[in-house]
Amino acid sequence: MDDARPERRAAAFELLDALERRLPFPGAARVGMTGAPGAGKSTLLDGLVRFLRARGETVGVIAVDPSSRRSGGALLGDRIRMGSRGADTGVFFRSMAARERLGGLADATRASAVVLAAAFDRVFVETVGVGQSESDVSSVADTLLYVAQPGAGDMLQFMKAGILELPDVFAVNKADLGAVAERTAAELGAGLGLSAPQDSGWTPPVLQVSARDAQGIDSLVEALDAHRRHLEEAGDLASRRRRAAEAWALESLEIRYGSFGLAAIGGREAVAARLRDDALESAFAVVRRIGAEIEEALRKS
Amino acid sequence: MSDTPHRDRPWVFRTYSGHSSAEASNTLYRTNLAKGQTGLSVAFDLPTQTGYDSDHPLARGEVGKVGVPIGHVEDMETLFRDIPVEQMNTSMTINATAAWLLSLLVAVAERQGSDPKLLQGTTQNDIVKEYLSRGTYVFPPEPSLRLISDMVAYTVDEIPKWNPINVCSYHLQEAGATPAQEIAYSMATAVAVLDAVAARDDVPAEAIPRVVARISFFLNAGIRFVEEICKARAMTEIWDELTRERYGVDDPKARRFRYGVQVNSLGLTEAQPENNVIRIVLETLGVTMSKKARCRALQLPAWNEALGLPRPWDQQWSLRIQQVLAYETDLLEHEDLFDGSRVVEARTRALMEESLAELEKVLEMGGAVAAIENAYMKRQLVESQSQRLRAIESGDITVVGVNRFTETEPSPLVEGDQSILKVDESAEREQIERLEAFRSRRSQADVEAALQNLRDVLKQGGNVMPPSIRAAHAGVTTGEWADVLREIVGEYRAPTGVADRPVAQRESGAETRQRVDELSRDLGRRIKILVGKPGLDGHSNGAEQIAVKARDVGMEVVYEGIRLTPQEIAQSARDEGVHVIGLSILSGSHGVLVLDVLKELATRGLDHLPVVVGGIIPEEDAETLRAAGVRRVYTPKDFDMARIMGEIVDVVAESAAAA
Repeated sequence: MDDARPERRAAAFELLDALERRLPFPGAARVGMTGAPGAGKSTLLDGLVRFLRARGETVGVIAVDPSSRRSGGALLGDRIRMGSRGADTGVFFRSMAARERLGGLADATRASAVVLAAAFDRVFVETVGVGQSESDVSSVADTLLYVAQPGAGDMLQFMKAGILELPDVFAVNKADLGAVAERTAAELGAGLGLSAPQDSGWTPPVLQVSARDAQGIDSLVEALDAHRRHLEEAGDLASRRRRAAEAWALESLEIRYGSFGLAAIGGREAVAARLRDDALESAFAVVRRIGAEIEEALRKS
Repeated sequence: MSDTPHRDRPWVFRTYSGHSSAEASNTLYRTNLAKGQTGLSVAFDLPTQTGYDSDHPLARGEVGKVGVPIGHVEDMETLFRDIPVEQMNTSMTINATAAWLLSLLVAVAERQGSDPKLLQGTTQNDIVKEYLSRGTYVFPPEPSLRLISDMVAYTVDEIPKWNPINVCSYHLQEAGATPAQEIAYSMATAVAVLDAVAARDDVPAEAIPRVVARISFFLNAGIRFVEEICKARAMTEIWDELTRERYGVDDPKARRFRYGVQVNSLGLTEAQPENNVIRIVLETLGVTMSKKARCRALQLPAWNEALGLPRPWDQQWSLRIQQVLAYETDLLEHEDLFDGSRVVEARTRALMEESLAELEKVLEMGGAVAAIENAYMKRQLVESQSQRLRAIESGDITVVGVNRFTETEPSPLVEGDQSILKVDESAEREQIERLEAFRSRRSQADVEAALQNLRDVLKQGGNVMPPSIRAAHAGVTTGEWADVLREIVGEYRAPTGVADRPVAQRESGAETRQRVDELSRDLGRRIKILVGKPGLDGHSNGAEQIAVKARDVGMEVVYEGIRLTPQEIAQSARDEGVHVIGLSILSGSHGVLVLDVLKELATRGLDHLPVVVGGIIPEEDAETLRAAGVRRVYTPKDFDMARIMGEIVDVVAESAAAA
């Protein structure tokens, strides 16, 4: 799936295409999880997995770690093994490095999310940062969870990073720190009150959790489920996935063929319009099809 | 002779020992005492240290390996058979389960008809360094600190000659600490403990000087023995100042810096192992020569520890070093040899200054517990260790027989497999049989009641010691006691401290890096390696160095910390799609655990996945492992990380070609 060799990649896309067409709708809940380094995402994820396993859900996890640019190497998972799960096949965990090749990651993340969605009740994609590019976690998630770390001056950071618009649920971790965590939660809540409500009328809740003491995990899962229910009831789930798929396909093509390649079949806007009009049963198929057209056009020119 | 000069009383002579069973260890202890050893130092096996019964899945392969298995009060009784506990000075290297093992000792004293108030000795009980280095922690930092302070509060009145904690700088040095870091972090630990005790309602202010007087330290003695002299002198002064100023202790006697020593084991070499005897002697001088900062108790490693478990004769040789130094030389006839030495004074001052600044930094971020939770201390240590290893690789640090003067005659001391002790492989099975027999003859009702009592007391915030002593008498097992604790206060896994390490600045391994890049292109993605530590062994430094180095040469590294079962490792290898697995095992359980991992891989259809292993592995065992399919076996003599990385690339390339 994360094999970059062209022939392997083509074969993988073919499989993914078939797989994505067969996925039932709405299928597995896809949760994106993001937040600054040190916010305690891994520990929180561990708590979530334990909780969900205890109530019988199967869980697939993809964790994306920043790569060391200099050597290309990466330490994946300064993390603990998920909840001493022994031989529990109801949990799958894969870490990936954000490679030096930009975009390779987006393909691999979406591909893995689709595969895991076919096999598990719930899929988590964890990464650092949000809103930096189309390829980040928001393009594979139905629900985006932001994990905030308590601390002075956080509000300013939130504003600066412009992260208040995207996430659907906020969790202020380390509630065990007491007053600091409460203040951060209050600031976040106030900040959200200032920004415009999401299109769908959903108001992102701000929860306090303690990954360390396993406090608030149940409420957090309830909030994630509530968001998913909201999307379904409002009929927004399909359109949300569709927008994400369009964005992903466009970026995937742009990364592979560049603006020069897109220009060969009418330019970025034209491709975007085609994606909007396409039935888009599988984004992988579309990327393959338009990709082939671009290659053909490039050959002729 | 009438003019025999006054001689100081020597320090307590100990040998860190224990293996196989309580019975075998008892025999060993009595033999050692007969040879002139003056105190005991009990080594416990890893299941005992981490609170598991011998028949727990995680205990597999570890029972009786690095120490004695103590599962319940009868094991403890056997351990001290014909050794009156109240006349003995007993040091127990026990941390997370220290309250339990002390409770067992109290129960044995009562059963022997002795007064527990007379017990003398030490429980190591320094959890902070377990998070940083040794890895036998069980509970989260705060409840761990609570357990320590419970023991301090209990012993100060009930067992007044007991040292409830031995604050350890020993393991910090092993983990790479510079002398100043050693001083700063061990002092920070002592402050954390004393602050916690001072804050308790059940410890009145007037008891604090007595509490301070019972806090002892445990130091490493490294090969730079002049610096070690200065380090001990610096700690003596800092402790005196700290306890006077921070805790208002007026009595100078109560402010004495008391410490025991284990002479550095990790620096002993597998190559030309006879040189280790010289190292041990010199290192001993570092902690005995200065009267003002002389250790109270000393245990020496055996010359062949890097090869495997030492035999009784090897331990005897080390005991004789102490006896010659204390009884034959004139060392104990003199006042302090270094008072007035400008050189020693200057180095001591410099160390004090540097370490006090670092201590201040840790205290400012909230003390030792905070600096564990934010991984600050761990990061500092991993960084220092990497620097030291690079210096050995580059030859900036000389290790005779290892990176210089490596030509050697064959050593007559290491001929054949007779040069180390073999633990009887039946020890584990026999221990489990004894445990089962014990369980079936105890009163289940008493056990249940004692466990419920323990639960109730803990929930109400009471002291852990009284209910634990009751549980010891009732026949509760080590695993049952620890399970209640885990249930009430939770379990902890510390950050590994490797992820934030900056990439090595020095251009070493550029060639390997290029090979990694090329092979990764052929494979379609980066070479991905799983670094795993199966079993209970918590010495994570080796695994961490491999993980960091692998990252530095361009591999993707999955490292998930310590205490993993073979199933978990195999599952992880499958999920993560790795190209190669590196296992690190220092406890001597490589036989069982590595074979278990191979078996688990095979059941998942991953028999083709190459596995390399590192650890203290005798050549004979290495052959067995290679025969079972392990591609490479590394031992402490393989210090050249760049070469190891190159070979791992070879192994991946071979597998890719075979596929």
